[in-house]
Amino acid sequence: MTSPKDNQTDKPVCFQDVILRLQSYWAAQGCAVLQPYDMEVGAGTFHPATTLRSLGARPWAAAYVQPSRRPTDGRYGENPNRLQHYYQYQVIIKPSPANLQDLYLGSLKAIGLDPMIHDVRFVEDDWESPTLGAWGLGWEVWCDGMEVSQFTYFQQVGGHDCRPVSGELTYGLERLAMYVLGVEHVMDMPFNNPESPIPLSYGDIFRQAEREYSRWNFEQADTEMLLQHFKDAEAECARILDAADTDAAGRAIPMAHPAYDQAIKASHLFNLLDARGVISVTERQAYIGRVRALAKRCADLFVTTSAATGEALPTFPTGA
Amino acid sequence: MADLLIELFSEEIPARMQARAREDLKKLVTDGLVEAGLTYTGAGAFSTPRRLTLTVQGLTAHSPTTREERKGPRTDAPDAALEGFLRSTGLTKDQLEARDDKKGQVWFAVIQRPGRPAAEIIAEVLDRTIRNFPWPKSMRWGAGSLRWVRPLHAIICLLSDEAGATIVPFEIEGIVAGNTTRGHRFMAPDAFAVTGFDDYAAKLRRARVMLDADEREAAIRQEAANLAFARGWEIMPDDALLSEVAGLVEWPVPLMGAIEERFLSLPPEVLQTSMREHQKFFSARNPKTGRIEGFVTVANIDTPDQGETILKGNQRVLAARLSDAAFFWENDLREARAGMKDWAEGLKSVTFQSKLGSQADRITRIAALAGEIAPLVGADPDQAARAAKLAKLDLRSAMVGEFPELQGTMGRYYALEAGEPQAVADAARDHYSPLGPSDAVPTAPVSVAVALADKIDTLTGFWAIDEKPTGSKDPFALRRAALGVIRLVLGNELRTSLEVHIAQSHQFLARSIANTRELRPLDHPNYNVGYQINDATEYSEHHREAEYDPNQDYLLGEYEGRPVGPSVSFPAREHVGVFSGQRKTTTDLLAFLHDRLKVYLRDQGIRHDIIDAVLAQPGNDDLVQVVNRATALNDMLKTEDGQNLTQGLKRAGNILAQAEDKDGVEYSFGADEKFAETDAERALFKALDTAEPAIRKAMAAEDFPAAMTAIAALRAPIDAFFEAVQVNTDNQIIRRNRLNLLSRIREAGRQIADFTRIEG
Repeated sequence: MTSPKDNQTDKPVCFQDVILRLQSYWAAQGCAVLQPYDMEVGAGTFHPATTLRSLGARPWAAAYVQPSRRPTDGRYGENPNRLQHYYQYQVIIKPSPANLQDLYLGSLKAIGLDPMIHDVRFVEDDWESPTLGAWGLGWEVWCDGMEVSQFTYFQQVGGHDCRPVSGELTYGLERLAMYVLGVEHVMDMPFNNPESPIPLSYGDIFRQAEREYSRWNFEQADTEMLLQHFKDAEAECARILDAADTDAAGRAIPMAHPAYDQAIKASHLFNLLDARGVISVTERQAYIGRVRALAKRCADLFVTTSAATGEALPTFPTGA
Repeated sequence: MADLLIELFSEEIPARMQARAREDLKKLVTDGLVEAGLTYTGAGAFSTPRRLTLTVQGLTAHSPTTREERKGPRTDAPDAALEGFLRSTGLTKDQLEARDDKKGQVWFAVIQRPGRPAAEIIAEVLDRTIRNFPWPKSMRWGAGSLRWVRPLHAIICLLSDEAGATIVPFEIEGIVAGNTTRGHRFMAPDAFAVTGFDDYAAKLRRARVMLDADEREAAIRQEAANLAFARGWEIMPDDALLSEVAGLVEWPVPLMGAIEERFLSLPPEVLQTSMREHQKFFSARNPKTGRIEGFVTVANIDTPDQGETILKGNQRVLAARLSDAAFFWENDLREARAGMKDWAEGLKSVTFQSKLGSQADRITRIAALAGEIAPLVGADPDQAARAAKLAKLDLRSAMVGEFPELQGTMGRYYALEAGEPQAVADAARDHYSPLGPSDAVPTAPVSVAVALADKIDTLTGFWAIDEKPTGSKDPFALRRAALGVIRLVLGNELRTSLEVHIAQSHQFLARSIANTRELRPLDHPNYNVGYQINDATEYSEHHREAEYDPNQDYLLGEYEGRPVGPSVSFPAREHVGVFSGQRKTTTDLLAFLHDRLKVYLRDQGIRHDIIDAVLAQPGNDDLVQVVNRATALNDMLKTEDGQNLTQGLKRAGNILAQAEDKDGVEYSFGADEKFAETDAERALFKALDTAEPAIRKAMAAEDFPAAMTAIAALRAPIDAFFEAVQVNTDNQIIRRNRLNLLSRIREAGRQIADFTRIEG
């Protein structure tokens, strides 16, 4: 057993330290450490590495940081805990290994949370994403009364039963790091090592942007344009999905990923419209249903591809 | 005789499901064992977050051998009949016996079923139990297809007797039953073997697991009380929280902390709700100051620093939560002092129900109705209307947005802050009551007026748009609203005609919808211009998954936070068509209230047929009168006189009905004593002459017991009359006279109740 004192010396010193430790920890557990998806998303779950790869029989293990945008959570950088742009750390393993809880607890140790001196608890919290047509059972993980992660066994994604089941871990990085580092206001959190020649705080990096985006999200975003973009993304998604599976040269190339990008886009546009207060409660359901329909069709297509089934990708005839 | 130990070891089972799961495990396994022919002397089930455990004592080692004889077809019957018999018995022809029967030789099958060893039966029963376990929600994990509440990792299935313990051979989806388990996740994670239940429970305790949830609850209660006592505080009792927390820990370690001074001025309800809902903390009250000043959190671990780190972390989270609450509170108080105009304005854009308008529309209706009801309850109409206008403004407050369960409670604080009189402020808090069958009924006049108006408006509204409860579906808690009306009326002995109030309510509704400029059809292209509609289907969909808490006025407190843009006008006539007419609404709703009244009175020990008999009378929308009558009638029917009188009245009624049917006339008056032939007839005339005015007088004075006494006095003369007299004689004059006499009996009965509805 490590004593609290030993542990003290092993604590991360800044935000990026927490991230780097999670990266090395999950890399050591055999996960492919991916990079963030290059689109605006509301949560790490939207990354195709989770949404699409949780479908089908092919085994999968990935971990990544995902910048997440929640326009309605913007507080002009003033609120100690709320941001419209923040980071999630996401781990997805299929099939969920029997020791996933232990692996998870190991990751807490890696960032300096020793479960022998903290109170770590798994408290029922089922997860549902109406936009993705997805749900799972699991917990929110509490550390000393604070929610530090979501732990979910996916049961359905895009309307498809998950067989096998993926285990998904989501860490809210800012909140977790603030706790580990003992910081009260997110903007005060050291981003790089405070001993660095040029120490940077979270606020140094993001305060200005938070203010600007809060204004744009709440007051400035052109709702007519956003609505049009939503319709465009929806139409393009449908068009891609409706396209023939074979290209002009007769090669079978279904386009689940490009179609799914459009579904992600539509989802984010919906969030922006929501932040602008132009979506009524009844409409909200309708919009969510429209995005879900797209996500579901993307999933329908993805499960037919070798990325899901694990079969070898057919090679094209030479010279093609 | 043997003892059975079963442990199903899994990842964390949701706290709220554990109690039920214990019962289900015990029932499914013991029922299965008994069904298979085993007997046992006792059983007990236990749960921790990570395990479900069952112990069965005194289990028989084998099921008994059974022997069954079955008679088959005659030996000379066609082959097809014999084949069918063989199939159904599972025997071959040479195993059958031919025996002589009355009708000749018949095949007999003697089926011996040898007893089976307990282990074999247990394995089957356990397999069935696991596969069919009634979890509210279950899941798959990994690559398997088994379902459990969370991943199932290990199973103990152990039979033990004097000779020792043996593992019951059992496997399910790759999990092989054994005799080992693990202790506390962090403090004693290693596996250990057990030999039986006592050994299991003792070793678990050493491995820092308290198996029994009751014991964990008691330990938490005791230790929390000790911690509080040391500071001169007391724990606010909260049984629901206690049982939840006991389901979240295997080794409860209560830790006490103080709330920072800067938060102590928050209302106690806010502190308690925030701590309970967000942190699962118990609240500690300082009896000297009357304030909530501390909390108890229950950790799941003993740490080298005696919980210091854990407590510090919890305190930090609490401070963040309470900072939010304090921020809401201060903003809300500012708005309250400014007169809450923004909230009132904001409620115009919160839809109550798409066909019933906004919350603001609804409040206008309730205020109007409360003004009408006020004089009846001794409240000032203006004050009642004012209270109704303020009562729901807190739905727009930040605090209620965060904690919907504080609706009303906050309303009272804000009304006081706004300088409103105490009675008005109290009505804000109390007008939602009574929420459940055991919730107190408001008695302050202004509160009663608003509470009643609120509920009647809700009921009338949903009846008018035909959104009534069906079967188990009652998404708008209309049954509860109806029971609320009943309890408010009865609890305050309100002598009033509900029919009148429903009609008033319907008129206000029609007027309110005619005036509204905010309601739009859902399919109109402009309906999305900043208007928030919250219609019934969406509401029920939204709440389908969420557990419905009958103590929460979710719908009525439905809160949509963001201010929205201007809405678009629509001609009101488009909406008028959605309402049922006033007549139909009133009749249907009154019938529903009567149904709920029957349920309510049945619980008070009054039979439904007695209530039916009273409800068939005029004035049945005056519930106080209905109940008084029903109670008096109920009391009378418990007496022998009452029972026999009912028979006599029914007999009179039946004879009359037959005669009227046959003769095509109604016998109603004209009985004359001069045509009486017997003393019994004359005595009945005399008795009626006495009883009729007595009943009339008593009924007019609403002295129902006196009316019952008066009519009960008819029992003997009626009995004697039927004993002595044949009503349908050949002499038509005498027959008609007797029928007319019977009609006087019928009439006397009708003054009190419709006795034909009384059963027995």
